[in-house]
Amino acid sequence: MTQSHRIPGKGLMIDRTRPVRFTFDGKGYEGFAGDSVASALLANGERLIGRSFKYHRPRGVMAAGSEDPNSLIEVHENGQQTPNVRGTMQEIFEGLDARSQNHVGPLNFDLMAVNDLLAPFFSAGFYYKTFMWPRAFWEKLYEPAIRRAAGLGRLSGKHDMGLYEKAFAFCDLLVIGAGPAGLMAALTAARAGAEVILADEDRRMGGRLLADQPEVDGQNGADWAASVVAELAAMPNVTLMTRTTVTGVYDDGTFGALERVSLHRAPGEAPRECFWRIHAKRALLTAGALERPIAHPDNDRPGVMLASGLVGQMGKFGVNPGKVVIFSNNDSGLHTARSLTAQGIEIAAYVDPRPLPVTEEFPVYAEAEVVGTRGRLGLKDVSIRHKGGTSVIAARTLALSGGWNPTMHLACHLNGRPEWSPELAAFVAKPGMVPGMSVSGSAAGFMSTRAALLDGHQKAAAALIELGLSVPEISVPESEDRPWAISPLWAVDAGGRAWLDFANDVTTKDVKLAAQEGYSSVEHMKRYTTQGMAPDQGKTSNVSALAVLAEATGKGIPATGTTTYRPPFIPVSIASMGAGGRGEGFAPQRLLTSDAKTRAMKAPMIEAGLWYRPSYFPRAGETDWRTAADREVLTVREHVGVCDVSTLGKIDVQGADAARFLDFVYTNTMSTLKPGRVRYGLMLREDGMVMDDGTCARVAEDHFVVTTTTSGAGQVMRHMDFVHQAFCADWDVRMISVTEAWAQFAIAGPKAKAVLATLGEMPSLPFMGCADVTIGGVKGRLFRISFSGEEGYEVAVPTRFGTALFDHLVATAEGMEGCAYGMEALNALRVEKGFITHAEIHGRVTADDVGLGKMVSAKKDCIGKAASQRPGLFEDREQLVGLMPVNQGETLSAGAHLYNEKDPAQREFNQGYVTSVAPSPTMGCWLGLGFLKNGRARYGEVIRLDDGLRGRKVLVEVCNPVFFDPEGGRMRD
Amino acid sequence: MIDLIAKPAVSGLPVSHGGCTLSAFDAGPVTSIAPYPGRDLSAVLPFPAPGTVSDYQSGRLIWAGRDMAFLTGVAAPDLSGLAAVTDQSDGWVWALLEGASVEAVLARLCPLDLRLRSFAVGSSARSMLQHLPILLVRTGPESFQIASFRSMAGTLVHELEIAIKGVAARASL
Repeated sequence: MTQSHRIPGKGLMIDRTRPVRFTFDGKGYEGFAGDSVASALLANGERLIGRSFKYHRPRGVMAAGSEDPNSLIEVHENGQQTPNVRGTMQEIFEGLDARSQNHVGPLNFDLMAVNDLLAPFFSAGFYYKTFMWPRAFWEKLYEPAIRRAAGLGRLSGKHDMGLYEKAFAFCDLLVIGAGPAGLMAALTAARAGAEVILADEDRRMGGRLLADQPEVDGQNGADWAASVVAELAAMPNVTLMTRTTVTGVYDDGTFGALERVSLHRAPGEAPRECFWRIHAKRALLTAGALERPIAHPDNDRPGVMLASGLVGQMGKFGVNPGKVVIFSNNDSGLHTARSLTAQGIEIAAYVDPRPLPVTEEFPVYAEAEVVGTRGRLGLKDVSIRHKGGTSVIAARTLALSGGWNPTMHLACHLNGRPEWSPELAAFVAKPGMVPGMSVSGSAAGFMSTRAALLDGHQKAAAALIELGLSVPEISVPESEDRPWAISPLWAVDAGGRAWLDFANDVTTKDVKLAAQEGYSSVEHMKRYTTQGMAPDQGKTSNVSALAVLAEATGKGIPATGTTTYRPPFIPVSIASMGAGGRGEGFAPQRLLTSDAKTRAMKAPMIEAGLWYRPSYFPRAGETDWRTAADREVLTVREHVGVCDVSTLGKIDVQGADAARFLDFVYTNTMSTLKPGRVRYGLMLREDGMVMDDGTCARVAEDHFVVTTTTSGAGQVMRHMDFVHQAFCADWDVRMISVTEAWAQFAIAGPKAKAVLATLGEMPSLPFMGCADVTIGGVKGRLFRISFSGEEGYEVAVPTRFGTALFDHLVATAEGMEGCAYGMEALNALRVEKGFITHAEIHGRVTADDVGLGKMVSAKKDCIGKAASQRPGLFEDREQLVGLMPVNQGETLSAGAHLYNEKDPAQREFNQGYVTSVAPSPTMGCWLGLGFLKNGRARYGEVIRLDDGLRGRKVLVEVCNPVFFDPEGGRMRD
Repeated sequence: MIDLIAKPAVSGLPVSHGGCTLSAFDAGPVTSIAPYPGRDLSAVLPFPAPGTVSDYQSGRLIWAGRDMAFLTGVAAPDLSGLAAVTDQSDGWVWALLEGASVEAVLARLCPLDLRLRSFAVGSSARSMLQHLPILLVRTGPESFQIASFRSMAGTLVHELEIAIKGVAARASL
């Protein structure tokens, strides 16, 4: 019968009018809208949901929330799969394809379960002890075998194409968790007019009020919660965030939170998840408390649950647990037994180690312990050791309550340490662990509903006062205020294996062994046993494990302390944190005005400083980059070429002190430049190393336009801004980037002037001259500068006209046997001329290293000058040289190192390295630029270029880096 | 004589999903105005305080950074000796984002607190939109002007459209 294990009429979260079909391991199941995978399977009588990590033990659902260590499943959709989803968190939807994980063969007959029989060999530290020798076995045998067996769940190996989001939110008060304390706090703050964000992990707010449903204000707690939520939802100053887990606390009141936006639906248009960064002036942690199990032999069978998990599955989903044994060391377990009995559930036994003077409607075993269970794939019976001996009681469900751990994880995220409360037998947060955040409700150890409500109100009131708001009159509703007592019992001493960490298969024996082998610090124990390192991060096991450790070492729990609580509180998908960053979303795309035309010409694009630039423009019959680039280089040298150079940074510098300012940032003097002229300039960083180079054009007496390299544009702008603010803020100078305002094209080659003439009447500029021009009625700028060594012009127009101008220039050049040229040709042209780029000025070279030492003016100061004259920056430096292969046919490669001909390719013999290479059709061989020890004194010497990566060894002759037209006649005349 | 045809900074607009619309916006002439240290421009124009916008003739002055405002919509007056003036008309792409969900859309992309009470109508800020540098102006309770580098127009539209669609799709859940 479908949904055979449902209690009629129970289950707040499910809609019995809406059946939902889904599959688990390929088998069809029916649940109701609102079910989780865990609750739907339980309702169908399925207790086995997965296999444990190490021993492949059969495991079932333990809890009803994100703390569940066992119910890890894979969710499959669109050919992808998400592993390690907790079955208690995944809501079912029509067509959901969920699968169990971590087994070989069927779930109920896992071949890897042989590990369980070998358990004596798999104790803590097994890997460290076993796979040490023989050493040669590691790589070939051990590692592949371990890798195959290790890891939880499988990935598809495909990109996750789902849509994810990141978002920011702001509020006065962030309330984390919508149980009694959280709801009361949010209501108090909302009525005070504060901007409130209330976040809750569940899809419906109420926390434990939805599970055990205590009476609040004379009504069912769930109804009271619903009425509060309705009031909050209607208030404009309140944001309710359901399905949202606050995952971490960061500086200055910033919180990370993961919202499961549409994971409860089949993939559609909506994001799957959203990673929020919430900035809150004040925060209240009202995340409740997590129950912990008791470690007794075979406490891990499907059917063994936390008492709170059972109560949650019943109250929220109407799951019928069948006959129940409860094993508890505290009053909440006893209360659960009474409450279940009142709801008609048969309690076969209530087992408590305490001497309880109570008479109940169910069998009570006082001063007793559970010492074993049976049932391979699902619990059959429970062995109870009591004063009268040992009884075996048949049961379908064993509910454990070893006490409660306040969920104060977030309070510890800024490295605060909680303190031990002997009354609660748990760790609680200390005040002030996170500035601006306080902890309230059962997260702070207030265990009754009434106490939680009161505390939520009081802590919210305190936050309101800090926010400068007045506290509204509000009556805190009456509710149960039972006293709460516990007698700590961490582990039952009865031989056998007793589980602490179900997710990572850590038993009490492992923890004791760790202590025995010297790993007695809690942090060492954790790493030695892997306790708390599974996807659940030990939510149900950390405190119990350290308590067992404390017993083993005799140090006591407070002295043993906890491991470090770190973000995230629950697993957070990388996809959500990096939302929008996949593929082209990784960085903005900067497109040139010539982009469409360039792509239409089939030019392959490369990225430079986020810009997309053409590598080369292939023509019919040109099968590789080299053929096209060689043609483009020769065309520029013989006819004319056109290149989009808009990517170069352009900075507009104005003011009466502009010239003085530029003298300060450039190594050479700009103040002597006449209007209408351009000068090449070099900038140093404060440490004296070359930062950038470019041109400086004086367009008017107090108005300059400087250019930077493409990738250095942002850095130079920032540097100039810094220099101005830090050293000469009172000077009359202002600067702003105009990179994007102008489309600028280089026209280079013997026919450059002829191409230029088609733009209208152009002034006849001397080399390094500039002028305002009008092109087709549009105001533009013309510069006569050259990065190719040919007669060259750069013409700039407002960006909106760039496309039209590029089209015209390319068509005109092509009509004169010219062409458009790309980055490969541009590189070859400049290498032939020995012009530097950031390949050479890479941040570790001085002006002198690149042969421009004379550009550091002796007549004035400039940024970096003093540091550039430090001792040690002149002797035995690697200096820029040209490199030509001795055998003309050989290829050079950038990144190669330089050695004396006979020396081996070893670090201590290194003479330098190669920064740029290019095939030069002009010179008929590859050319290289590089840095060589005392290189300028070694022209004519033959050395060896050694590229270990490509296995290339080439003899090269050291020469002047200016290979072509060293006098520069071609660009000047 | 050559005839240069102007091309708009952005194509593919407007886009609209779920009551939020992104459209191209013609800011007219845009001029950066950067007063020199100690100069008072008040006799000529109302230079806006940081984070604000002021009206000038039929255009407006948008604070755009330290000692910097963008005058949009009208030509700049003569400010020689008072401020550095640079034409930025072609450097930026301008878009208008409007609709009831406009704050939610921007919350996906921009790290600023853009709730009306923190970022009122007439506020301006330099910020980020995903990875893009932007100048943001609130023009109404449900409308923002967004300017970014012109070369990044495609990315600007792409990022905003994803956010608009995502917010719209949430409403249908």
